[in-house]
Amino acid sequence: MTPPAPDTRKGGRRPGPIRTGVPFALLLPALLGLAFLLLPLVALLVRAPWHSLPEQLTSPEVWQALRLSLVCATSATALSLVIGVPLAWLLARTDFPGRGLVRALVTLPLVLPPVVGGVALLLALGRNGVVGQWLDAWFGITLPFTTTGVVLAETFVAMPFLVISVEGTLRAADPRYEEAATTLGASRFTAFRRVTLPLIAPGIAAGAVLAWARALGEFGATITFAGNFPGRTQTMPLAVYLALQSDPEAAIALSLVLLAVSIAVLAGLRDRWMTAS
Amino acid sequence: MTTRTARPARLQVTGAGVAALLVLSACNSSDGTSSGAGSSASGPAKVSGTVTVFAAASLQESFTALGKKFEKAYPGTEVEFSFGGSDTLAASIVSGAPADVFAAASTKTMTIVTDAKDNASPPLTFARNQLEIATLPGNPDKVTSLKDLTRSGLKVVLCDRTVPCGAAAQKALDASGLRLTPVSYEQDVKSALTKVELKEADAAVVYRTDVRAAGDKVDGVDFPESADAVNDYPIAPLENARNAEAAKAFVALVRSAEGQRALTEAGFLKP
Repeated sequence: MTPPAPDTRKGGRRPGPIRTGVPFALLLPALLGLAFLLLPLVALLVRAPWHSLPEQLTSPEVWQALRLSLVCATSATALSLVIGVPLAWLLARTDFPGRGLVRALVTLPLVLPPVVGGVALLLALGRNGVVGQWLDAWFGITLPFTTTGVVLAETFVAMPFLVISVEGTLRAADPRYEEAATTLGASRFTAFRRVTLPLIAPGIAAGAVLAWARALGEFGATITFAGNFPGRTQTMPLAVYLALQSDPEAAIALSLVLLAVSIAVLAGLRDRWMTAS
Repeated sequence: MTTRTARPARLQVTGAGVAALLVLSACNSSDGTSSGAGSSASGPAKVSGTVTVFAAASLQESFTALGKKFEKAYPGTEVEFSFGGSDTLAASIVSGAPADVFAAASTKTMTIVTDAKDNASPPLTFARNQLEIATLPGNPDKVTSLKDLTRSGLKVVLCDRTVPCGAAAQKALDASGLRLTPVSYEQDVKSALTKVELKEADAAVVYRTDVRAAGDKVDGVDFPESADAVNDYPIAPLENARNAEAAKAFVALVRSAEGQRALTEAGFLKP
């Protein structure tokens, strides 16, 4: 009776992993699921053109696409932070009529097929779009087929991830700290800046990484809204897709780069998610 | 005590892994036999069931119309189309996409399929297509030649060079010694055309048939260099067709007088 007791306590208060008697009915589908998720990645490694990989990866086209992808994903994340964090705060900390509806609309791009997002962006911000025609007429700004267009397309698709993540963290955070700050004379913005932001920093960081990863992989909205031109709007996923038609080896090489970047992102988030269970 | 119980659990894991593989391979083989039985059932000359046609994006309108004719001619059949860039379609056929017929916009993209020996019989040319410039309605930028497209400030979209329409456009540009920097290389001819229809681009180099299909949403401008870059459209039933009879019948319809009339009406040239 007494010997196993210290062992379970070592695992912490949360229920630890089951050590014995895994039911077969759960184990089989679980292993199938694991194999299903891992097999394509293994195939990518098995079929990788390892001998020609060095030249594939040192070609200027690959670096051009990778550099553009990194620049655009980072810009999209920065833009998401600037407008997404305040939006998350508004959704979590204020009460206004139709807040539930606004929240649902914010998450819409999460479920919307990205190509549809691209079409919507064209109709809104295109040269002939609802808003875009005035941008063109007044400022001479046209967004489709530009790198800015890529950033906007990626922001549209990625920002909801940040908003959701930050809003969740805000709801979990105790609002009494902010209230205490305001009763001590801080303005609400000061309280947000000096109390709330440091409090939810981990949530913002996680949301930003998630948004960045989503932006990096963005394909549908980008090719629809920003088109495809090497060095200007051809990001890695577009390069992979188009290379697959003409030069599958190059497509595999490009995919490996994206896979490596994804693993790096996961490694960066390791402390937050992988150990969360 | 705990370590000893952990070990049998691990053994169980490998056992289940083997079982999982067995289940997977069993699924695979049963799938293969059932589809084989399906095709042999529809074997005896009678054309029925679903026929899946992979066709170049430029064939969208004419093939959709021919598909309706086919369904009428063979009651009980259904034609499913997948339209896209010929190179994309060829690549997906080679990697095992379930198609019965492939109609490409160039012999080069058909070669991808024939090289992999995925065609059931040699491809036959059923139409030819010539390039044309699509401009905004009323041609506000006064584009009259291929050279006009190289003007600075004009937003031009081309098909990607891997797509037949892009290869043909490049050929025409090279033949006339022109250098054109487009704003985008689109993945098929319809997305190039759409950019002009939405007025996001000023002009696109597409096929004459696309300009005609777009109606009054774009204006067409002929250019003499297009004569040097006429595309042959080959069609072939596929080796791994699940509905070989219907595939043959569809190819026959496309090459029949009726099919040729529909294609000519859409603006295609005779083979």
